[in-house]
Order: sequence, then C-alpha cells, then structure tokens
Amino acid sequence: MSEPLLEIKDLHVWFKVFGGILKVLDGVNFTVQPGEKVGLVGEMGCGKTTTMKAVMRLLPMPPAMIPKGEILFKGKDILKARQAELQQIRRKGISIIFQDPTAALNPVFTIGTQLQDAVRFTESSGENRAKENVRTRAIKVLKEVSLPDPERVLQNYPVQLSGGMRQRVCISMALVSTNELLIADEPGTSLDVTIRDQILRLLGELVEKRDTSVILISHALGAVRGMTDRLYVMYAGFMVEMARTEDLFAHPLHPYSQGLLAATPKLTGGGIGEGIDGRIPEYIDPPKGCRFHPRCKDAMPICKNEKPPFFKVGEGHEVACFLFQNYR
Amino acid sequence: MITLINSILTIEQLKKHFFTYQGIVKAVDGISFSVEEGETFGLVGESGSGKSTVAYTVIGMYKPTKGKIVYRGRDISQESVKRLHTLKKEIQIVFQDPGTSLNPSRSIKQILELPLKIHNISKNHKSRIDKVIELLEMVQLPVSYMYKYPSMIGGGEKQMVAIARALATDPSFILLDEPTSALDVSVQAKIIGMLIQFQKEFNLSYLFITHDLSLMRNVASRVAIMYLGKICEIATASEFFKNPLHPYTQMLLSSIPVISDEEESLKPKKIISKGEIPSPVNVPPGCSFHLRCPKKMDICSRKDPVMTEVSKGHTVRCHLYTK
Repeated sequence: MSEPLLEIKDLHVWFKVFGGILKVLDGVNFTVQPGEKVGLVGEMGCGKTTTMKAVMRLLPMPPAMIPKGEILFKGKDILKARQAELQQIRRKGISIIFQDPTAALNPVFTIGTQLQDAVRFTESSGENRAKENVRTRAIKVLKEVSLPDPERVLQNYPVQLSGGMRQRVCISMALVSTNELLIADEPGTSLDVTIRDQILRLLGELVEKRDTSVILISHALGAVRGMTDRLYVMYAGFMVEMARTEDLFAHPLHPYSQGLLAATPKLTGGGIGEGIDGRIPEYIDPPKGCRFHPRCKDAMPICKNEKPPFFKVGEGHEVACFLFQNYR
Repeated sequence: MITLINSILTIEQLKKHFFTYQGIVKAVDGISFSVEEGETFGLVGESGSGKSTVAYTVIGMYKPTKGKIVYRGRDISQESVKRLHTLKKEIQIVFQDPGTSLNPSRSIKQILELPLKIHNISKNHKSRIDKVIELLEMVQLPVSYMYKYPSMIGGGEKQMVAIARALATDPSFILLDEPTSALDVSVQAKIIGMLIQFQKEFNLSYLFITHDLSLMRNVASRVAIMYLGKICEIATASEFFKNPLHPYTQMLLSSIPVISDEEESLKPKKIISKGEIPSPVNVPPGCSFHLRCPKKMDICSRKDPVMTEVSKGHTVRCHLYTK
C-alpha cells in the first residue's frame, strides 16, 4: 500500500479548564489514503471537530494541549511543523469547510474581500497576485459552486446572502487552490433538507472533478452514506469502528454503531429503535477502560479496566471492542 | 370546511401576519387542518415556512390576524391572556431548545412546581413534592435531579424535564415544536419512545412539528407539508410516503439522506432539489413554489391553486391535480 496522505497516530488532546483537565481525545487513530473519501460519524461533543482542528493546527493552545500523538501529512508531522511549513500546508495541502458558514465568514468584510484574500494567500508568485487576475479567479470559483451573478456576490456582505449561498462561498474559498485534502466539517448541518442536499451534491461533484481526498464529518449517518468509501465511527474521543461504508451499514459490529443505526428513524416506517441509555461522559473524569462501557448493554468486567484496541474482524473492518477479541 | 365531531383542534383559514419595516410578513397565510382525538398530527416544513408560528398561535402567544382556532367546539382565537384559565391547563407546549426554555436560575423542582401552583393542582407543599417526584419518575429521571439546575444536566434530560413540565397539568393536547431537533439520534429515539408511550397512557393528542421527514414517518398518523405559510399537501403518513403528489413534497423526500437501500427505493427519483425558499416578505405571485418547481406550468405564476381532494383524506394544493 502506498504511503497514506494523512495519518493520525494515538492523538491525545486535553483542555485545561477551571477545575481540572478535560481529556477530550483519547488515542485517536485515523488514516486517509490518497484519493480516498473518508467519513467520520459521531454524536455531538465526541471530538470530531477537535480532531480536525488539531490537524489544521487551529486549536487554541493553551487551553488545549497535545500530550501525546502524531499527525503525519505526507510523512511529515504537522504538530512539529514550523510556521512557514504550516502555511504551505494550509496553502496547498489541506483546506477545511466549517459547519456554520455564518460564523466562518467575517460579517464586516464583503465576500469579495474575503474570497480574494483567500485567492491571494494560495498564490505565491507575483503575477498571479495581480489585482485583475485575483478577481478573475474569484469569479471563476464562485461560478464553479454555481452561485448566480458572481459579480454581485463579490460586493455583498455575508448578511445579504442566504445560508445556502454562504456555505457555497465557504466551499469556493476552500477550493480556490487545488488541494490534496479537503475536510468538510458538517457542511450541511445548519441548513434545510433541500439546501443540504444541494450542497452535498455540489461538494460531491467538485471533489470528483478535482480528485481530492475528502474527510466528511457528520453526526447523521445518512449524509455520509452516499459520498464516502470508508467510514469511522467515533465516540467520546476514540474511534469505535472502522469499515468500508457499505459494510458498516450492512453489518455494524460495535454496540455503539448498532445503537446509532437502530436509533435513526427510517423512511420505511416501523417505529424507532430504543436509543442508547445515558449520555456522553464528562471529559473531566471519563470512565476508565472503554469509555462506552457505562452505556453498553454487553459490558464485561474487562471493559471497566482496559481500553480496547482495534481488533481486525474482516477486510478493512476493525472494531474497538472486547467482544471481538477472539473473533474467528 | 366542516368541523368534525371527534376532532380536538380545528384550524380554519388561519392567518398570522407580522408588520415589519420591510413589509408585511405573511408567516401563516390561510391554513386549515384538524387534529383528531388521540392522534399525532405532523406538520413539516423548512425553516421560515411558518410551522412554529402555527404552534405559537394555537398556544396563544400570538393573536391570529384572521381565521379561527376551535378547541373541542370552543373558539379560542384569542391571545392567551384572554383565554380561560382551565383551557391553558388543557393545551401545553414543548419547545425546540430545552436550553432556553428552562429557566437557568430555577431548580428542576421549582420548574416542575410552577404549573402545579398556577393551576392549583396540589394544594400543599407535601403533595406538590410528591407530584414532582411522580413526574420525574414518569420521565425516568432520578429523584435526586429535583435539586439540580438545568445547566447541570444534559440536553436530553433537559428536554425530559420540559416534557414533564408539560405533563404536570394533565393536559389533553400537547404541541411539540421540534422537540428533538437539538438532540442526538440516540437520545431522540428515547424521547420519541417515551412520547408515544405517554400518548397511549394518557390519551393525548399531539401536534408534532419537525423538519425531519423520516422521523415524521415513524410518529405521525397524518402529515401536512407547509411551504411559505401555506399547506401544500395533507395525507395519512403511509399514503404520504408511498404516493407523494405535490412537487415540493417530492423534492423534500428526494433530499432526505437515508441509511438503507429499501429507503432509497422510496425516494422519488427524477426530482432534484434546486433553488431556495424565498423571503416571506416578498412571496412570489401565484403558487409560491413555482420558482423552484420542476413541473411548472403557465398558470402557476398567475393563479394560486386551491386545496383539492385527490383521494380520501389526501388533499393537495397544486394545479397539476385540479381538473
């Protein structure tokens, strides 16, 4: 197998707060191969965004700290990168689309100013940074995300656009340079169903055209089903299951993935599953051993003491659960 | 429209307009439907379609601009201050975001005691405490939560408290305004399960408002779709998903992310969602949906269609189905 594009190894992220330390990420392992589309699913507050912010080095430090772990992008550790290297990675390597386009855009600058800044940032040579060229490229990317009347949009302030249009602007900003990895952090969550569908479809098309790798984050299982090759399920700061997308939907193995799938309401009707008792643990004093054990129906004594590693259960299918330690 | 004898709530040509500097916002613009005794009536729509305004008008937070709200044969189209005290006991509401609908400086006990005091349900302190404990047990929360504050408990648990508060006055009709959209799916399933159980136990009627159609499929017996303050289609839940008629409904259904192939086969294929919901200040003439409609005809931009009954209990407001 070729060298992975992005590899996160045993990443721990803690936050220092009043009254103690929040141990949010507890050994995250995650890989993206070149050209692959990977989904990351988990409930609110399970650390999806924190992981991706760590990848982009966007975590405010302090209060955040990374006591352990590596993030390798093309073999180089992002956590140890110097500022200039980091800028280079952000310029050409990885870009990110945030969940809430309203918060991602600065309300006091026009779309034109912000988008042209992004264009200028990705270009290093002088000629491409000339005023005319920057503007042409800005208009070109706005056209690519099928925004009508790009000239007018450039003069608008974010408040003058609707939620769907704002998210399109954010996507165009992330796509100004031909990036190798695109992180889409819940790109449709804050939007309506029909608009979300449009945004996800647009993202899918653009990604297909440019052949970039994608990490698609979502808390809804349905949203990632159509667009990804491989899927990670995350719970309370660690990965519980990793499988090819169709395998995961057909045979979820981890009790959490099973509960999550059963709890999702279905169009075919027939009632809703039971749901999972309890709630996500407090990070200030997380449960020892497997962090899911207080909510798990199949909890065994070992779960209370030891953290389960990934057990391989099939081709590209791994589960972090002691139920599967002697699988086949 | 004929008022059905066994309907608990009937809404006739309800209108609620807001006057703003930009112009008149027709949040609800002439809708009619009725909720039967003991059923769950679902109201679906995208944000800005006016579904919450319907709920707030029914509960009495807004005075209707026009139209009638009839509750068990009694006209209640006035704001809540003018309503009978006993009537307020009958109709309760659960809001979308439990983080803001519970007072952060009151303990759970105080929150649950308030409706008991107002409606004079439990006469003395002792019986009130007993009732609060009973309510907490009903929603499967530990009794020790009585002395906690909303900020100390999780989102799902807060919503449970909000539901317990609504149940405190022993109502017969509850408005559920997106009760689970701020919560995770695993928690949502728990809450929905509990709501269905209460409905059977206390013979409650629900007006269930949500934007999640797959959830609606599993809870509602009849569904109405709203778009820009008007209802596009009303049908029973099973009919609705098998045979959606209005182009907007088809667009909504085709946009839902699903998790299995059987569900995929239920989605209308050829409709692809496009366009955005227009501003309610500036509603397009004729049918308000015609700008996004894939089956647009000439008449659509001129004349607003009326509700027509296509089959029994299935009404749709679209020129495609008027003869």
